[in-house]
Formats: sequence, C-alpha cells, structure tokens
Amino acid sequence: MAEIITGLAFYLFAAATIASALMVVTSRNAVHSVLFLILAFFSASALFVLRGAEFVAMILVIVYVGAVAVLFLFVVMMLHVGENRLFQGVKRFGVVGVLVGLAVLAELVLVVTTRAFRPENPAPATNPQPEGVNVTEALGQILYTDYFLLFQMSGLVLLVAMIGAITLTLRSRDGVKRQSIPQQIERSRQEAVALRKVESGKGIG
Amino acid sequence: MIMDLLLNTVWPAVKILLTILVVVVPVILGVAYMTLAERKVIAAAQFRHGPNVVGPFGVLQPWADALKLMFKEVILPAGANKVVFFLAPMLTFALAMLAWAVIPITENFAIADINLGLLYLFAISSLGVYGIIMSGWASNSKYPFLGALRSAAQMVSYEVSMGLIIITVVITVGAGGFNLGNIVEAQKGLWFAIPHFPMFVVFFISALAETNRAPFDLPEGESELVAGYFLEYSSMQFALFFLGEYANILLMSAMTVVLFLGGYLSPFGFWFLDDVWMQPIWFVLKTSLIAFVFLWVRATVPRYRYDQLMRLGWKVFLPLSLFWVVLTAGVIVGFGL
Repeated sequence: MAEIITGLAFYLFAAATIASALMVVTSRNAVHSVLFLILAFFSASALFVLRGAEFVAMILVIVYVGAVAVLFLFVVMMLHVGENRLFQGVKRFGVVGVLVGLAVLAELVLVVTTRAFRPENPAPATNPQPEGVNVTEALGQILYTDYFLLFQMSGLVLLVAMIGAITLTLRSRDGVKRQSIPQQIERSRQEAVALRKVESGKGIG
Repeated sequence: MIMDLLLNTVWPAVKILLTILVVVVPVILGVAYMTLAERKVIAAAQFRHGPNVVGPFGVLQPWADALKLMFKEVILPAGANKVVFFLAPMLTFALAMLAWAVIPITENFAIADINLGLLYLFAISSLGVYGIIMSGWASNSKYPFLGALRSAAQMVSYEVSMGLIIITVVITVGAGGFNLGNIVEAQKGLWFAIPHFPMFVVFFISALAETNRAPFDLPEGESELVAGYFLEYSSMQFALFFLGEYANILLMSAMTVVLFLGGYLSPFGFWFLDDVWMQPIWFVLKTSLIAFVFLWVRATVPRYRYDQLMRLGWKVFLPLSLFWVVLTAGVIVGFGL
C-alpha cells in the first residue's frame, strides 16, 4: 500500500515539475513565469523528499525558493516586461536556444548512459541513503573532509561575486545626512535642553 | 477484502486527519482569541475597556467579526490579476497552518516528528513572503505594491540572522539537533534562554520583524501606505490574510518557546506539575506568554523608520548572531562539551 502511495506522489510531483517548467518558458506573463519557476523548485524538492534526501530538499526550498526566487520576482516585477518585449528575441535567438537545449539534452543522456559506453565505470549512485549515517551527516562528512578544498573555493567564488556586485553599485554621494545612533544616544540633557528665565516683554535675546 | 482495505488504508488516513484537527482547531481558535486579546491588551495599555459588548467581557467578539467578514462583498479591483489575487490569501493561510505540523506539543506528540523539523519550519516560514508579494503585485495598485516590496525586503533580511540563531541552537543540541523534539529534550535542566540569552532577545525581535508586527509594521504602515499589501482585499480574502498573520504570530511564539524556553517542559519538577498530561498546558502557557509580549510591544514601542530597520537587521543582528555562532562552536569544541 505504501508503495502505491509513494508512486502516486512521485508521479504527481514529477508531472507538476515538468508542467510548471514548461509553463515557465511558455507563459505570456513574466511574473507568472517566475511563479511557475517557484512551483517547479518546490515540486523538485518534494521529489527529493520522496527519494529520502530531506536535507537537500529543505535547503533547496530555503535557498532557492526562499531567497533566490524572491529576488528574481522582485526584479521581474519592477521591470514591467510586456508581452511584446518578452517574445521579441524569439526569431533572432531561437536557433541558438534550440542548439543549447539540444546540447544540454545530449549531456544529460550521456551522463545517464555513461555505463552503457564504458561498463567498467561504477553504476551511478541513485540511493542517497548511505549505510549507518543519516543524510545530513553523510553530506557533512563529504563536504568537510573529502571535498574540503573545493567547498572552500566555491565559497570564495561567491565572496568575489559579492564584492564585485558591491563595488559596481557602491557610490559615495556628498551632502547625505546620516544617522549616527551612538551620537544620538550620547547627547545628554545638558546639551539638548537649556532652561532660561524669560521675562515678559523681552525675548530670549 | 473490504475490511482489509478499510483497516489498512482508510483508517490510517482518518487517523492522520483527526491528528491534524487536534492541532489545527486549537490553533484557529487561538488565532480568533488572539485578535480579541490584542484589542484587550492595547485597550488596557491605553486605559480603555476594549470590546465588551458582544457577550460577557466581549468574549464573543471574534465570532461577530468572523460573521461580519463572511457576509461582506468580495471585491476584485479593476486590472487585478484574478488568479494570483485569489491565490495569495489562500497561500498565506495554508502556509501559516502547514508549519504547525512539526511543533512538538508533548514528548510523544507532533503531527510529523521528522528529522529535519527545524529546517522544515524555516523553509515554510521563508515561503510566507510569497503570499505578500503576490497579493501586492496582483492588486495592480500602488500602495499594496510598495507594501509588498517593503515586506519582502524586510523578511529576507531578518531571515538571515534567524537562520544563524537556529544554527546556534542546533550546534548546542549536537547530534540530531534539527529534530524539534530533540531540541526540547536537550533543554531539560537548563533552558537555552539562559546560556543563549542575547540570541533569545535577537530571535524575538527578528520574529517581530518577520511577522511584520509593530515596531516593524512598515509594510502596513497606515499613515503612509493606507494598509499595505492587503489594502485591496475584502470579505473572506481579507479574513484569510488576517488569520494567516495571527497564526504566524502564534507560530513564531511557539518557535521561540521550542528553541529557547524548553517547549513543553515543565518549569517545576515536583507534584503533578511535571506529568506528561501537563505538557500541552505548559506549552500553551509559554506560547501565550510570548504572544502577549508581541501585543505588549505593539502597545508600547513607536514604529521604526525603514532605514533604521535595515540597519538593525544587517549591521547589528547579523554580525551579533554570526559572532554568537562562532562563540558557541568555540566553547563547545574548546571545552569538549
């Protein structure tokens, strides 16, 4: 019984992933495209859960859906991409797009069928559940021991990208008044308030 | 055959549904009375009576409000994106309910006692921003759009330091630290609010920002944006937003309780106060206490300016929580705890 339910859930989420991925490229409204992209991410993470890779699934939702796609949505909403603009380049870049798609498809097929060409290669690991340890632990062990250097380097790449983005957008403007909270808090009563006895008919003077 | 099918398929499904009802019905009731509590607490802070006409002490006020909202007309603004417009409040409400699945209410009851419960909670609460952005965009109106942008930026900013605080707690618990039940069990004897007191405060303030509550309620700042992202909504759509928002407040309170105040654990270890059947009561009491602080803050603190809000999130909370992660890890490794 449990297998039937898991199977049904798999086909449901797989169909949702493919359908929403198709809607991303065919949708006439750019914001709808992004929303379908989010749905695709979400159903993909559900597939991960079904396969037992909970950690990857949660990270996918937190990082891609919770942060990256939000920024995406921001940009697309602000751009106001109209329908005409969206399909402007189809004729010019259509051929290139199809070629890139074919290349990616070929790569995917190759990755899946490598064993057919070179039978001595190990079978692709499909089971994310390693013996003895849970998924999170196994991931940590691989990332922080075997691939420590690569992991650190990918972090460094992100850092460089971040610094690049900041230097590109940072500009110093003159005449901007900034709030300094320590300065505000430091102000004492003596500096801020002065008690004067004002006689009637004369000003403070 | 049919008996078998009933026993193996239908009964488990019914059981799951009943378990969900056991959690969701009290949550919705809690949300209803949270609205009343809010009005009563603010009234008390301002030396007023608050609602006191409908029923004794106004206890039937939430029902009156719900009935009134149900019979209002549904208004669709001109030029609104129909599907997204109606989807947004449903999404907000559904997500606010969904997150309750992993909250442990006694030591052997949570709807889903999963390994990565804390990550699940974090993932669901980070999805909450979509209801707001979608409503703001689909309304095709300036104020909701501005409110949605503000809210999204705010939630993304404060999520960062919340994530770091969650990491601190997980490090402290050690192996199995993403399971909420384990987190609560690890607090036997010493609630995390004591060793991690600064993070407890930072987490609570981040929770205020995450739920768009005063003093961080800029997304709905009525003096500038009329009502923010749900300005164009009426009737049950508005009610769903409202329920979702208050369910989120309760959820954040529950999360604070689970992470820092020992969840369902009893503060006293004697007499019947330590029994298992008292655990839900302790849990509800602690959650109500934190929820009360939410209301208290709203009645007391003036609203932040937007740049101050961003400064607090990125320049104060983020470095502080990052420092605390390093400190906690250092202490645990250094002293071999």
